[in-house]
Amino acid sequence: MKRDPIYGMMAEFDSAQALLDAAHKTYQSGYRKIDAYSPFPIEGLADEIGFHHNSVPLVVLIGGIIGGCTGYLMQWWMSAVDYPLNIGGRPTHSWPSFIVITFEMTILFAGLSAVFGMLALNGLPMPYHPVFNVSRFAMASRDRFFLIVFSSDPKYNAPQTRSFLETLQPRSISEVPS
Amino acid sequence: MDETSKVTIDAASAPVIEPGYTFATVTEKISAIVLTRPTSNGWFVGFGIAFLATMMLLYAIGYLFLRGIGIWGVTIPIGWGFAIVNFVWWIGIGHAGTLISAILLLLRQPWRNSINRFAEAMTLFAVACAGLFPLLHVGRPWLAYWLFPYPNTMRVWPQFRSPLMWDVFAVSTYGTISAIFWFIGLIPDLGTLRDRATNRAAAIIYGILSMGWRGSARHWARYETAYLLLAGLATPLVLSVHTVVSFDFAIGIVPGWHTTIFPPYFVAGAIYSGFAMVLMLAIPIRKIYGLEDFITERHLQNSAKVMLATGLIVAYGYGIEAFMGWYSGDRYDAFTVWNRLHGPYAFLYYSLLTCNIFIPQVLWIRKFRTSPVLLFAVSFVILVGMWLERFIIVVVSLHRDFLNSSWGMYYPTRWDFMTFFGTIGMFLMLMFLFLRVLPSISIFEMRTLLPEAEVKE
Repeated sequence: MKRDPIYGMMAEFDSAQALLDAAHKTYQSGYRKIDAYSPFPIEGLADEIGFHHNSVPLVVLIGGIIGGCTGYLMQWWMSAVDYPLNIGGRPTHSWPSFIVITFEMTILFAGLSAVFGMLALNGLPMPYHPVFNVSRFAMASRDRFFLIVFSSDPKYNAPQTRSFLETLQPRSISEVPS
Repeated sequence: MDETSKVTIDAASAPVIEPGYTFATVTEKISAIVLTRPTSNGWFVGFGIAFLATMMLLYAIGYLFLRGIGIWGVTIPIGWGFAIVNFVWWIGIGHAGTLISAILLLLRQPWRNSINRFAEAMTLFAVACAGLFPLLHVGRPWLAYWLFPYPNTMRVWPQFRSPLMWDVFAVSTYGTISAIFWFIGLIPDLGTLRDRATNRAAAIIYGILSMGWRGSARHWARYETAYLLLAGLATPLVLSVHTVVSFDFAIGIVPGWHTTIFPPYFVAGAIYSGFAMVLMLAIPIRKIYGLEDFITERHLQNSAKVMLATGLIVAYGYGIEAFMGWYSGDRYDAFTVWNRLHGPYAFLYYSLLTCNIFIPQVLWIRKFRTSPVLLFAVSFVILVGMWLERFIIVVVSLHRDFLNSSWGMYYPTRWDFMTFFGTIGMFLMLMFLFLRVLPSISIFEMRTLLPEAEVKE
């Protein structure tokens, strides 16, 4: 499949409020494949671009459950099955003393799932991305706010999308080569 | 919140960030420390001294490998000595970093945003220093991996009922979670450094480390969730770590150790010493790098208040220890209290009370909370006091237990001191490197504190 030479149309804004309003209007006017970039997290922005399904918590929950089970079963198997030590007739499956390590393993697995799950769902690490082709995009990590309509959007049409973005009164508009 | 009530709240205390900053100036100011500011001579001198101390540490460790732990002052009955004192001290210091980054995040204390980054770095380096001691103390550090449950030809498994084994899991989990928490917090700022770097090599290195972060709204949404969940996980973790460390003592039957007050009192002591270290780092850093606008009087005051509160919990712990010595009716417990007050190490016990309880009460006075010099001095005293506390718990409890015939004395050797001061050197060396190559204040979290970051839907 030949790659579309144009990745999308990008508009630059001066403030978080302007980006939030622009994202809202863009979504309202029927564009669905859009994204917004900001130098810090903006409350509600993900909702405005139509991102509602955040599966990080589920990943962390599963990681934690796996960690806890691993921790407990490991101790049970090692202390009660594979290498039982009879010390004065005390029970080999002494669950209260297994709780601490079970807890630590739960936290460890859940924490690692949070980080690696977040990175994986975000598709990171990704050293190359078309948006970096726009030289002004370097400001997205400083004090500028960007909105992009991807060329894969069914409603995307270069001149129309450009004129639509102009109605949002951005600071500048640029076409993003892929 | 309406405008008037907001103004009165702001007026009640010093601001978290001085007015007049924008996204751009905050970014420039913090990233310039790393990217454009020339490395000062003072940095080289400080780094050099810390580096030499690290070399001393390596020398002491090298000699230890050659001769064994007989070069230390540890003997029977005091088998634990400096190694465990220093381990507990360092790991306690680390706790403040996690408290600031995780617990204060959950409690929605935005003032933490300007000190969490280097406090987390402090945690990481303190845990690294702490981790060295048990490894060296096992006597044959090259076999330290035996601590972990791995399939082996001896066909044995570790003893999971031992608190020392719990400690292995608690500390290694704590180290791992601290490292990833710190790194995940750095990712957006590494992206900023990548975009701001003028030097090609720096841009590539920061680019690789930032993993291609581009600040997409979808990414931020997942990022914030992951960060918040990690904070929620780190909160019980940090409380568990020093609890487990205290189990190393409390599960044993040695008089002075076998008490239920240990877990809460250890955790409070950890936060106490940790905040003292945070202040001892923050006060020079804000001065040298001109960051008084970001690390304001408010941060100093709040940290001082945390120290005052945790210090009182620690004082309560000392009180209960003495009370239980009497109330338990156990002659060995009673003797432990008597021995602290009148035994050969009594001088250290009185120093402990002075450093940890009496002197820090000056923090009730406003001037001591706002003056950087005085606060620095009080923090130093607290760090000394907390080290003495661990010395008293480890050494003074062990040196006279049940039978007079097995009593002894502990005298640290020069190798003990070289190892201890060497780890302080290593800690400072890592801190110097951190300040030079990574943003010591979280840039993106500082942006969210600015008024222009507020949005209405």
